[in-house]
Amino acid sequence: MFIINCPYCGERDQSEFSCGGEAHIVRPKQPTELSDDEWAEYLFMRKNIKGVQFERWNHAHGCRKWFNMVRDTSNDKIHAVYKMGEKPPVI
Amino acid sequence: MKNKYSIFSLIKNAFSQHQNWKQAWGNPEPKKEYDAVIVGGGGHGLATAYYLAKKHNMKNIAVLEKGWIGGGNTGRNTTIIRSNYLWDASAGLYDHALKLWENLSQELNYNIMFSQRGVMNLAHNLQDVRDLKRRTHANRLNGIDAIWLDTKEVKEFCPIINTSPDIRYPVLGGTLQRRAGTARHDAVAWGYARGADEMGVDIIQNCEVKGIKRNRDQVEGIETTKGFIKTKKIGVVAAGHSSVIANMAGLKLPLESKPLQALVSEPVKPIIDTVVMSNAVHAYVSQSDKGELVIGAGTDAYISYTQRGSHDVVEGTLKAILELYPIFSRMKMLRQWGGIVDICPDASPIISKTNIKGLYFNCGWGTGGFKATPGSGDLFAYTIANDEPHKLNAAFNLNRFVSGDLVDEHGAAAVAH
Repeated sequence: MFIINCPYCGERDQSEFSCGGEAHIVRPKQPTELSDDEWAEYLFMRKNIKGVQFERWNHAHGCRKWFNMVRDTSNDKIHAVYKMGEKPPVI
Repeated sequence: MKNKYSIFSLIKNAFSQHQNWKQAWGNPEPKKEYDAVIVGGGGHGLATAYYLAKKHNMKNIAVLEKGWIGGGNTGRNTTIIRSNYLWDASAGLYDHALKLWENLSQELNYNIMFSQRGVMNLAHNLQDVRDLKRRTHANRLNGIDAIWLDTKEVKEFCPIINTSPDIRYPVLGGTLQRRAGTARHDAVAWGYARGADEMGVDIIQNCEVKGIKRNRDQVEGIETTKGFIKTKKIGVVAAGHSSVIANMAGLKLPLESKPLQALVSEPVKPIIDTVVMSNAVHAYVSQSDKGELVIGAGTDAYISYTQRGSHDVVEGTLKAILELYPIFSRMKMLRQWGGIVDICPDASPIISKTNIKGLYFNCGWGTGGFKATPGSGDLFAYTIANDEPHKLNAAFNLNRFVSGDLVDEHGAAAVAH
């Protein structure tokens, strides 16, 4: 449990947010061309990193906006929060 | 067995004030090379080593454990054992495990305190009722004992449950698997460790895996904090850290690791002689032999390796517990902890080969791995020894995420994942 600094609302309790998992997974541009392996990679395979991870979060019980977060999954420390479409910071 | 435990050994050792019991397993340094190396010294890993040695005659094997054996999720679960799963593949897998549990104390000559006290799953709304009734029918077709209880029968079976119709989520009935129950989790790890050690398996604790060496598509060995170990077969049973090991081999797995919490109360006299689980309000409770209530909470909804978990998850569970069991309102909670569970998108495990030769994964057990320990070890040992899955774990391959043939227990199982 931790405090998240929503880029739209400011600091709020983590229980207001929902996590959308790994960030920057690009949706396939040509879904009809994809092989089963590529679909599996896109849909299911995750890095599931222990350490610094880039992820998507949604302020579900607040502004309901999506944003990105850089968080260390080994200690839940948040390194950066940035809006969708912004360039990920270098950590 | 060299040092068979029996009433006679107990009496004999009583004369020496129990000072001369032999160590149950050794503390060897790793050899240069093994026929197979198991990564992870939890229940599943030790069981895998045990069955590899016992059934497949592979004696030159090692179990590597980062911390101490049974110190991960084996020591952090709520010890519930059941096999009332909906789908045929899951029913086959978990009932195979349950049948092994039934004879495990004798098999290991180690009291794992297996107690078939029954597991009851409650229904709180019409959909629950339909789902659970459907599941009892499916269970019976698979030869698994399951009965439906109406509200009155639930109350008779476990009198302390509040079955009043005016609570927020009233109890509309439940299912009961009488063969289900609990076991002493530490004893399972210790029993398998002792059995495996006696057959010549090296159990190496405080030995962390740092890398996996491969020559193209064949594993060659494993880099550890105690040096390099040569081997052609690596079985990874690292639970929440499976992805960490997979990343070392350049593999990605369909897993997300999350903290799952449990807590125990102060010990009290026997009050609940079964296991009661509730999917809708997410609370499950049983009572340990020491008298503590053992309460299972949910997972945090984000990836984390912290082995802690959030307070609001515990709070939500205790709210549900209090509504179902008002008698517990003045109980004090003694301890709370978290374990890291690796969850698959379909909430079913993976016991599988990979596209790297000699690298096998047993993971994705999510929130319910303990109950499968003996079956998981047995089938994983078969898979490693024969380089092909047993028919009971064939459906639980890694390729199902490519073929789409998922074993979708998410929501179908008796408890929310």
